[in-house]
Amino acid sequence: MAVLVKTTINGDSVEYACQPDESLLDVLRNRLGLTGAKEGCGTGDCGACSVIVDGRLTCSCLVLGAEMEGRTLETIEGMADGDKLHLLQQQFIDHAALQCGICTPGFLIAAKALLEKNPDPTEEEIRFGLAGNLCRCTGYDKIVRAVQAAAKEMRGA
Amino acid sequence: MPLDTSLVRKPFKVIGTRVRRPDGIDKVTGRAKYGADAFAPGQLVGLVLRSPHAHARIKKIDTSKAEKLPGVKAVVTAADLPDLTAGDRGLRDTLENCMARTKALYDGHAVAAVAAVDMHTAKQALKLIKVDYQVLPHVTDPDEALKPNAPLLHDDIFTEGIEPKPVKPSNFIKIAEYGHGDVEAGFKEADVIIEKSYKTEQTHQGYIEPHACLASVSPDGTAELWVTTQGPFVYRNTCAALLGMDINKLRVTSSEIGGGFGGKTHVWAEPVALALSRKANRPVKVVMTRDEVFRATGPTSSASMDIKIGARKDGTVTAAFAELRYQNGAFPFTWAEFGAMTAWACYDFKNVKSVSKDVVVNRPKCAAYRAPSAPIAAFAVESTMDQVAQAIGMDPIEFRIKNAAKEGTKSSYGPVYGPIGIGPTLEAAKNHPHMKAPLGPNQGRGMACGFWFNFGGQTCVDVNVTPDGSVTVAVGTVDVGGSRASLALAVAEELGVPYDQVRVIVADTSSLGHNDMTDGSRGTFSSSMAAVDATRKAVQTLRERAAKIWEIPVDEVEWMDGHAHAVGEKHGNKAPLSVKEISAQAANTGGPIAGHSEIVADGAGVSFATHICDAEVDPETGRTTIKRYTVIQDAGKAMHPSYVEGQYQGGAAQGIGWALNEEYVYGKDGRLQNPGFLDYRIPVCSDLPMIDTQILEIPNPNHPYGVRGVGETSIVPPLGAIANAISNAAGVRLNHIPMSPPRVLKALKAKKK
Repeated sequence: MAVLVKTTINGDSVEYACQPDESLLDVLRNRLGLTGAKEGCGTGDCGACSVIVDGRLTCSCLVLGAEMEGRTLETIEGMADGDKLHLLQQQFIDHAALQCGICTPGFLIAAKALLEKNPDPTEEEIRFGLAGNLCRCTGYDKIVRAVQAAAKEMRGA
Repeated sequence: MPLDTSLVRKPFKVIGTRVRRPDGIDKVTGRAKYGADAFAPGQLVGLVLRSPHAHARIKKIDTSKAEKLPGVKAVVTAADLPDLTAGDRGLRDTLENCMARTKALYDGHAVAAVAAVDMHTAKQALKLIKVDYQVLPHVTDPDEALKPNAPLLHDDIFTEGIEPKPVKPSNFIKIAEYGHGDVEAGFKEADVIIEKSYKTEQTHQGYIEPHACLASVSPDGTAELWVTTQGPFVYRNTCAALLGMDINKLRVTSSEIGGGFGGKTHVWAEPVALALSRKANRPVKVVMTRDEVFRATGPTSSASMDIKIGARKDGTVTAAFAELRYQNGAFPFTWAEFGAMTAWACYDFKNVKSVSKDVVVNRPKCAAYRAPSAPIAAFAVESTMDQVAQAIGMDPIEFRIKNAAKEGTKSSYGPVYGPIGIGPTLEAAKNHPHMKAPLGPNQGRGMACGFWFNFGGQTCVDVNVTPDGSVTVAVGTVDVGGSRASLALAVAEELGVPYDQVRVIVADTSSLGHNDMTDGSRGTFSSSMAAVDATRKAVQTLRERAAKIWEIPVDEVEWMDGHAHAVGEKHGNKAPLSVKEISAQAANTGGPIAGHSEIVADGAGVSFATHICDAEVDPETGRTTIKRYTVIQDAGKAMHPSYVEGQYQGGAAQGIGWALNEEYVYGKDGRLQNPGFLDYRIPVCSDLPMIDTQILEIPNPNHPYGVRGVGETSIVPPLGAIANAISNAAGVRLNHIPMSPPRVLKALKAKKK
């Protein structure tokens, strides 16, 4: 039997009905049309489905849609402020930190969560902070540099 | 299309600049649509039932219970995909790989599929399909599969390349031989001979986006396929052939592609999705799980190799020999032969020979993986090269420089080289600060070289000048990593307009002529060649239109800096006409202004790289950490240096994963033990250092800007470079890839004894 859930996504209050065994990722993608979160593995190993739940970085494939009652969710679709990109988004473009781009939403969410906790991370802290996200194209070099540049700019701003 | 020397001499305006990619904003905001992101009204969920056995005869499939389940709209088996391949062996194998016919040939082989109203129902339906298997003995190792008493996969493989043709079928697909000179005589001239055997395990391309498609077949016989692919035209042609459709009735639209690396050059579930849609009369979306991606789609070969190199004390190699045995998975191909062609390609040896043996085994059908087959052979060759250098007491770079191929060298696989980059990359490595940097305890430095052929192929590009003077470009070769930016740069360069005035899209298969798939590092090479050709045709039209407007002969109109200029003394009073001014009058001067190009992009320049690696080996655990890594590669001309660097870094990272961790682990039962990213561990951010790059530009004489493909070569040297670094760090020579902690630890313990 479907569960009715009231939650907040990217600042908007949202209601949906989902099956009790349905993952948050499936709810976002299939019921709410928020396809920015991607399924790379479905087992929490790749981070492509990363979202922020009540300030905490979460693999949306590992939690249930039914658990989101009263929570506050942030997804990639809410990262830019209207037509103004988040500094991380801009730096990813400027540093060519994406090739195919499938992992990019997850990396941006994970990097945002990292910088909120640690605004001035070392290279090692960035590398460990993003170790839950897989990228097969870039070798991570340009991703780390983009995050470093964004962190610097965010501290200065 | 030859190198335009006038362009190379004068500085480019926009080529070589680091512009923002046109698809960047869509990809950082989640707007970009990938394979699984499409929806169609009334779409069903398609799921595939897969064999749990490595090798089994399918005696009977009972789908009746599944068909009766409410919400199930179609069930298909091989019976719904009749064999229309008319003697085309490759096509028949593709069909059989998409859906097993009489036998399941590997763990994960598709045997049936369902389409249902939702995921829950589709999963239930799969459980209701009863397959009666007769389990057969299986074989997953290439050497085992070559043995006379090995379980036989196919009864119609008679080893090619043996005269007379064998009378008994076997798993041995083909033997091939490459090289020149007399290796036996060469070995007699050697002061030192090193002879070693090597193994590499099977790896997967590991693209983060699983295969996904949305198929919609209409009752009138037309169909749409939205799919993540490296080759929409190739998918179209193959699917149409397998389903018995006229090619023009199937329109394939490529989604954004979330990584392919060769693994999205072959069809897998797409013909099945079309068959389900045809039967259900509804759109059907099929999205693979990660488990399915590992078990059923394109890994690269595992291999077993013997290498022998003889050299004189002065460093001259007198003879080199390789025997390479690669498994192709369950269906025949020539992956070992690719290895044999590439093995010695970096070097200029008087006597050289390589023999390839291709084998089928009970594993998924192998697919291309970035410079397919070359990293495997290069691991064995480059490991042995280092041991020869050591034996004669020569620096490994000097040894390779002495034997490097150069312009005019007859390559080991046949052709004579034009201007090439192996020597320059070696010289650059020798002079690189990395080579002189100090090393810490338990650290060692290794280097290795790599080669890839590169490819050009059929290419079709349309350039259209819009009424306001901005430009649209339609290409059919999929953009896998930023090529739309490079192609916009090429069109902007030719036309003399700003980069952001050009918009490039990847067209669907009904909008453009055939394009080969994005493989062989051909994307930017071939599409930019066609884009230059198409733009030059558009420029010719723009000149003609300006001439018409001015009422002067066309040969008195020159194109410069984005404007038509009237040349000659009598035209002194004519102000130049911009693209916008000319296109605004198109309706009165002859209609739309466009340029089209349909070419076979011949002359993809061969590609070479040299890598340097510092590795640290933990003597307690055997774990290897890469401390520093440098890639030096010839790009011909880097149209967008950031994305060239990205290719270098990405290939190196994949090579590092292959060298140290990645491995298909099969149980005794022939089932894959690690079909997930937890147990099949690709490098994560904290596993790697920054990857330094140095781009060399030795122009390709067959491209107007001198471009060579850059996508693949970077994965070729890492396996050997890391093996050599580990040997220098820990004093143990690993001859089995991956050099995972247990293998390194075992070698360290054996050394102590």
